[in-house]
Amino acid sequence: MQRRSFIALAAALATLAGATAPAHADALETIMETGTIRIAVPQDFPPFGSVGTDLQPVGYDIDMAMLIGERLGVDVEIVPVTSANRIPYLQTDMVDLVISSLGKNAEREAVIDFTDAYAPFFNGVFGPDSIDVGSVEDLDGQIVGVTRGSVEDLTLTDMIGDGVTMRRYEDNNGTISAFLSGQVELIATGNVVAAAILERDPDIRPEIKFLVQDSPCYIGLNQGEDALKAAINEIIAEAKTDGSLEAISMEWLGQELPEDL
Amino acid sequence: MGYQLNFGWIPQYMPVLLHGIGITIYLIAVGAVAGCILGIVCAWTRALGPVWARPPVAAYVELIRNTPFMVQLFFIFFGLPSLGVQMNELQAATLAMIVNLGAYSCEIIRAGIQATPKGQFEAGASLAMSRIQTFRHVVLIPALQRIWPALSSQIVIVMLGSAVVSQVAAEDLTYAANFIQSRNFRAFETYIVATVVYLGLSILLRFALDALGWVLFPRRKAAR
Repeated sequence: MQRRSFIALAAALATLAGATAPAHADALETIMETGTIRIAVPQDFPPFGSVGTDLQPVGYDIDMAMLIGERLGVDVEIVPVTSANRIPYLQTDMVDLVISSLGKNAEREAVIDFTDAYAPFFNGVFGPDSIDVGSVEDLDGQIVGVTRGSVEDLTLTDMIGDGVTMRRYEDNNGTISAFLSGQVELIATGNVVAAAILERDPDIRPEIKFLVQDSPCYIGLNQGEDALKAAINEIIAEAKTDGSLEAISMEWLGQELPEDL
Repeated sequence: MGYQLNFGWIPQYMPVLLHGIGITIYLIAVGAVAGCILGIVCAWTRALGPVWARPPVAAYVELIRNTPFMVQLFFIFFGLPSLGVQMNELQAATLAMIVNLGAYSCEIIRAGIQATPKGQFEAGASLAMSRIQTFRHVVLIPALQRIWPALSSQIVIVMLGSAVVSQVAAEDLTYAANFIQSRNFRAFETYIVATVVYLGLSILLRFALDALGWVLFPRRKAAR
């Protein structure tokens, strides 16, 4: 397998180059030696991770974890975590990677390292094909449903002009119901919510019109694990070009990957 | 360390608040008038109307009085579009209030009608009044007078219940309060303001209904 030998080579090079690496053993080396990679995944955040009918976690993040294991040629040990303890799991070396719909911010960057983005996570305006809206300017005269007080509500309200009517619902279910019953033709929401609507295979399909706010998901790993990071980035880049990430996105989000992910 | 109340946001959100108060007043005005008219028609049907018309009215009254207002509202707003009946949130809210008050006021007014002594019907008939005339002049007004306090209370209850229309994004006072609260994160102060406004509206509404009673029932003393 060329790919594996490449990764082994990359790992070897990285190990050589990483003379300044921390005192503990290089994570990638350990993974290759033990033949197991431990990956933290969510189990309470569909479609990224939820408990399937056989009580095993399923979702975008789990598929991503399996893809990484497969490409590294090692077994994957799935470790279910919550959004509150996913970073402590990494810091205490309970897992090698966190694939748990993790967004990047300065606070987190101070304590852990991130690979390249592997999943789209954004708020945007969604609506059926029949409505021609491509930017916030086009919204003039339209009615947009949104969940009151959500990030997309606050962000979009600042962006729009007076000609736009916002209908604010109590929670995501209200917004979804209003959209599905045709009470509003456009909704501002997260791509995950749109995916949840698409999963029901409705007559009116929410297609993305434009982005309101983009904060894609990254894989988290410990700082100083440059070899592992390089190897994972290589896998992500490859998965983006060979269509395997696209397939995961289609399966769990019902949408193609954004161009700029 | 006590909580520091802060009402500095009120001027900024005054238009939202006033708009919400306006919608709430609109809802209760239209809802009360149309709801009471519907209630009178239904009460007449149930008490004195044609026998064939009584079961459907009874079914309507029982259906509405035994289901939550919010469910009725959701049925109209989220459910009816599946049957091709599309209403905006304000129309749906108004309709829900009319339908709801119609059922409750029907029962209240029917009680008033059925408490009318038989002699009063006979008195009307002996004056050569038609059945409708008798109902209009001899039965309905004293009946309404009898149940006016109960009907007033029901109207106030419906006004307070109108708070749930914010759930379908009708922009009433509660919607305004929720909206403001989601922006300024001053839940305590925001709901204090909403509470005070609702209280004020209730008192005003009772006052208005009492005044209306005086106008509608000039023969107050004679009837007692």
